[in-house]
Amino acid sequence: MNGEATELNAYLGKRWRRPPMIKRPWLRWLLIIGGLAYLVAAIASVEVNWSRVYEGLDRGGAFIMSFTQPDFTTRAGDIWEGLLESIIMTVAASVVGILISIPIGLGAARNIAPLPVYMICRGIVAISRALQEIIVAILLVAIFGFGPLAGFLTLSFATIGFLSKLLAEDIEAMDRSQAEAVRATGARWTQWINYGVQPQVIPRLVGLSIYRVDINFRESAILGLVGAGGIGATLNTAFDRYEFDTAAAILILIIGIVMALEYISGIVRARVQ
Amino acid sequence: MPVTDLSDGTRIWQRRSQREALTHWAIWLVGVAIFVWCWNWISDQTTWPFVWDAPRIAGDILTRATPPRWSYMEQLWWPIWDTINIATLGTLIALVMAVPVAFMAARNTTPSALFVRPIALLIIVSTRSINSLIWALLLIAIIGPGVFAGIIAIAIRSIGFCAKLLYEAIEEIDRTQVEAITATGASRWQVMAYGIVPQILPAFAGISVFRWDINIRESTVLGLVGAGGIGLQLSGSLNTLAWPQVSLILLVILVAVVISEWVSAKVRGAII
Repeated sequence: MNGEATELNAYLGKRWRRPPMIKRPWLRWLLIIGGLAYLVAAIASVEVNWSRVYEGLDRGGAFIMSFTQPDFTTRAGDIWEGLLESIIMTVAASVVGILISIPIGLGAARNIAPLPVYMICRGIVAISRALQEIIVAILLVAIFGFGPLAGFLTLSFATIGFLSKLLAEDIEAMDRSQAEAVRATGARWTQWINYGVQPQVIPRLVGLSIYRVDINFRESAILGLVGAGGIGATLNTAFDRYEFDTAAAILILIIGIVMALEYISGIVRARVQ
Repeated sequence: MPVTDLSDGTRIWQRRSQREALTHWAIWLVGVAIFVWCWNWISDQTTWPFVWDAPRIAGDILTRATPPRWSYMEQLWWPIWDTINIATLGTLIALVMAVPVAFMAARNTTPSALFVRPIALLIIVSTRSINSLIWALLLIAIIGPGVFAGIIAIAIRSIGFCAKLLYEAIEEIDRTQVEAITATGASRWQVMAYGIVPQILPAFAGISVFRWDINIRESTVLGLVGAGGIGLQLSGSLNTLAWPQVSLILLVILVAVVISEWVSAKVRGAII
């Protein structure tokens, strides 16, 4: 602290202190000490083979350097095939996932669905959200065999959990009066959903769907690791053979597509909202 | 408003004019065509006899996997500890690195919008768009398999996520508080510490717990590629077709995910 501050202290007799984030002192100290103890235990239990890491630095450097000269051509066929498969899986799974998640989302909204339907739909959402894509993919590959069908089913399943939950929350937060006005005109149930509920949730649904397409593409890149199709298999092979220039090319393509998707989704979301 | 007059004088309201309806249908047609083409492609790559056989296989796996082999639990405690460490240490490292990136990426705190900000945004996009499993693959090729590769993979993957949410929080801060601190003659760092940091601290805490929750999920499967944690046991059990062990590990993962989600929801509820 500088001179002026100490002068001020003399006047006020008391020094200003930043209020702590956690008010109760015992809880604060418990968290700090517990956290430190955990950190020490955790770091101590991690075995790091530093000589191996040190040897690896060269390879790491080589990998970073390969980004400056990625090799798109040598394995162009493999890359193209894998990428196409990823994109196809993404598109098909997003479409099917969105189509299925709309009725489930309607069913999982408490203000629309009767209790039994609500429980079933919430159950589906919970299961789908608790299982990671890659584990679902392993099981589905074991059941359906290798290939993009397993990946397609995995992504559709994951999309259902994500989209239904957010759609249901959106429907539960909608403006009741608009829906009631439509109902008061004597609309049927389908008309009520179509004109009373749908216009309120469609902008968010479109935004979320596009966001999910983005996630699905990213996930499709790893499904190949367990044999569920997509660019992941090509990428894995490239790493296994230390063909870092090809791996760099694939990673650049993935990043590029994700950036393009994010850009498009930004435009679309700005337009619908 | 597109309203058509019929010959008998009645007027019919329609949602779209004829032209709008036509373009609408055309877009739908193209969309459906693309989907059908994609589906055909997937279908061509699929061995359908295997798929028709799937219910039998699924039933077979289910009977093999139940009941879970509970005694295997003894060998799982250490991998669980490793998994938690991967997630926690990875999150901590990511947060340490995400903070400067976020400050460089936020429009109101970046040192240079022309040079530094694009670099920060590039770091955010590239770390975010690549899954932690791919980072793990890469790091295993570079520094060898093990828990350490998993920690670094989780850390790299989380930088983009944390930095993105954090820089959005920084851009939304209340300008007046910053101005008030600046008006006292505070230096750049003092403005940062007393004007900006207190405003984003709740968001920061929320983001870190949120990401920790996601990282617990991701670290459970990192072992599939050899980066330590319970995924190693999963992959070993899968390779030896030890289905009772697989079902036990999946149960453990499910419990871990539910607990971490519960903790994260509680903590975020307490902060916000």
